[in-house]
Amino acid sequence: MTMQGQELSDSFDEGRAVRIIAGLAHLEGAMLPILHALQEAFGCIDPRVVPLLADALNVSRAEVHGVISFYHDFRDAPAGRHVLKICRAESCQSMGVEHLVERLRMAHRLEPGQTSGNGALTIENVYCLGQCALSPAALLDDEPIGRLDETRLDALVLELTGARA
Amino acid sequence: MTVRIFVPIDSSALAVGAEAVARAIANEASMRGADVAIIRNGSRGMVWLEPLVEVETPEGRVGYGRVSARDVPALFEAGFLQGGEHAARVGKVDDLDWMHAQQRLTFARCGVIDPLSLSHYRAHGGYEGLTRALAMTSSAVVEEVVASGLRGRGGAGFPTGIKWRTVAAAQSDRKYIVCNADEGDSGTFADRMLMEGDPFTLIEGMTIAGIATGATKGFVYIRSEYPHAFRTMRRAIEIARAGGWLGADVAGSGCAFDMEARLGAGAYICGEETSLLESLEGRRGQVRAKPPLPAIHGLFGKPTAINNVLSLASVPWIMAHGAPAYAAFGMGRSRGTQPFQIAGNVKRGGLVELAFGVTIRQLVEDFGGGTASGRKLRAVQVGGPLGAYFPDALLDTPLDYEAMLAVKGMLGHGGLVAFDDSVDLAKQARFAMQFCAIESCGKCTPCRIGSTRGVEVIDKIIAGVAPEQNTTLLHDLCETMTDGSLCALGGLTPMPVLSALTHFPQDFERPAGARHAAE
Repeated sequence: MTMQGQELSDSFDEGRAVRIIAGLAHLEGAMLPILHALQEAFGCIDPRVVPLLADALNVSRAEVHGVISFYHDFRDAPAGRHVLKICRAESCQSMGVEHLVERLRMAHRLEPGQTSGNGALTIENVYCLGQCALSPAALLDDEPIGRLDETRLDALVLELTGARA
Repeated sequence: MTVRIFVPIDSSALAVGAEAVARAIANEASMRGADVAIIRNGSRGMVWLEPLVEVETPEGRVGYGRVSARDVPALFEAGFLQGGEHAARVGKVDDLDWMHAQQRLTFARCGVIDPLSLSHYRAHGGYEGLTRALAMTSSAVVEEVVASGLRGRGGAGFPTGIKWRTVAAAQSDRKYIVCNADEGDSGTFADRMLMEGDPFTLIEGMTIAGIATGATKGFVYIRSEYPHAFRTMRRAIEIARAGGWLGADVAGSGCAFDMEARLGAGAYICGEETSLLESLEGRRGQVRAKPPLPAIHGLFGKPTAINNVLSLASVPWIMAHGAPAYAAFGMGRSRGTQPFQIAGNVKRGGLVELAFGVTIRQLVEDFGGGTASGRKLRAVQVGGPLGAYFPDALLDTPLDYEAMLAVKGMLGHGGLVAFDDSVDLAKQARFAMQFCAIESCGKCTPCRIGSTRGVEVIDKIIAGVAPEQNTTLLHDLCETMTDGSLCALGGLTPMPVLSALTHFPQDFERPAGARHAAE
């Protein structure tokens, strides 16, 4: 039922990547801003950017690879069309987020770290969204969600995947 | 006459529908031909009341809590533009007990003004601190911060002024101010609320820090889990620069200071100051060994003052009102105020700024109103994922740096997470180790390996496998992590684990029958 959403790939365009890198390389500590911009443009960090970045920033390929693989944010394959990040940290635990994760598993066959079969929705774990007075909290793309409950979660999944609960 | 209506744009308010409420009010007003101006303010910190809509009346700002878009027509019917009666009406916001009982210095403007309006900011005392600082010598500014007793609000509690003194004394062609806005601790959201609700306060604080230490460039490193705060900060920096408050000639003083907002990439460890510097430089966020201190050898090897959002945001008030006024708040060696964040299983969660010395119980029960579930309160975790779990017997402990240490806890970033009696502290202890394993930067062995071993040992104890021996082993492992880790992640992970073991030992025990079956 689940997959990593690879079929969305190949929007990679080397010329565009070079232009993005050139536009930001003058920044002090340009590596992270460039990686964010590349992911924004292509939906993931394509391995083909590694030599381009190494060249532009005068560091080794190993170093670039090390940075990309260190940070949870950088993906090696595009996510689904929407990403739902569910907070699994203490405050949300105290308000029953584990039941919601269980609900995703049992009722929707969705697991954190995976994408729905139709590539519509990726579920991810996150540790704190700073919405701790509204636990359980989630982030749908860039939109914060507070006081999440089963009813709301079911409706969201249904709406985003077009599937029946 | 135009009626001013305030609908928060803070992400907590947005998380419970504030955007739809703002749209509904605009539509309803235009349908009725009502003359209104909708101002998007920050949050007052009464998060349980969000979306909290306020209407300006001759008597003051009247609040309507937990408003949904559906309520809007009825609110107009009830005459809410004149502060009319309605089930959602909470009264004059400044007179509410929750607001009234606080000592709001750092958060005085948050929720009151439009976060991106320089004229609102200045009308509410903004840039008075910088103006006074610019009239003083830089060393006098540093000494003012020293005298205020301000200590690092990120958790370590190191005196901010002393750090600045070191940076000011360091000789270099270039120095930096770095603001740590990588607020990753569960139960904390004060940095986010300030950046979204009053970003110019942080900009002003960083500018004062720059002038005091001789730094001309600042970075605010914001975690990627805070997209709204990042956008607001970036926008505020542009506005401040356009207004002449940042740049080559700050407010016509001849002093240069400029800054940039930078986005993290989902690594909890980057809240540790040396990891954050590595990350800003474009590397893996791995901890650096200290010394050398960042104040001497920091960002790009240059002297760097790295401070938490709340430390820097306290400075404008201190400079505007003087060190003695700030130091008059607090207890013992913890001077001034702390923005406490009440979170988790509570009826009324939110931010409360108070002088040090308030007790855990006062915050969770008086402000927080007890558990949201209505069940018995069982534990409060103070200070984030690396902080201790406290049982009822310790809830009267005052919140100050030293008093928390005395009960083997820490204040951290001032976040409190409440748990009701359905919590299993053995599971929480296991989670602490698991979280450390997920977020460890991998540089030192006690943290990288110890956290994984910690999960395994706790699993064995929970399963009833040789519980006495494994508990001894867990204590031993905690000692190794505490004493042998390079930074606070590995060094403090034992704190929640040991507090759970000490205060809630029954959660680690299993009935004899179950233990037998597991073996």
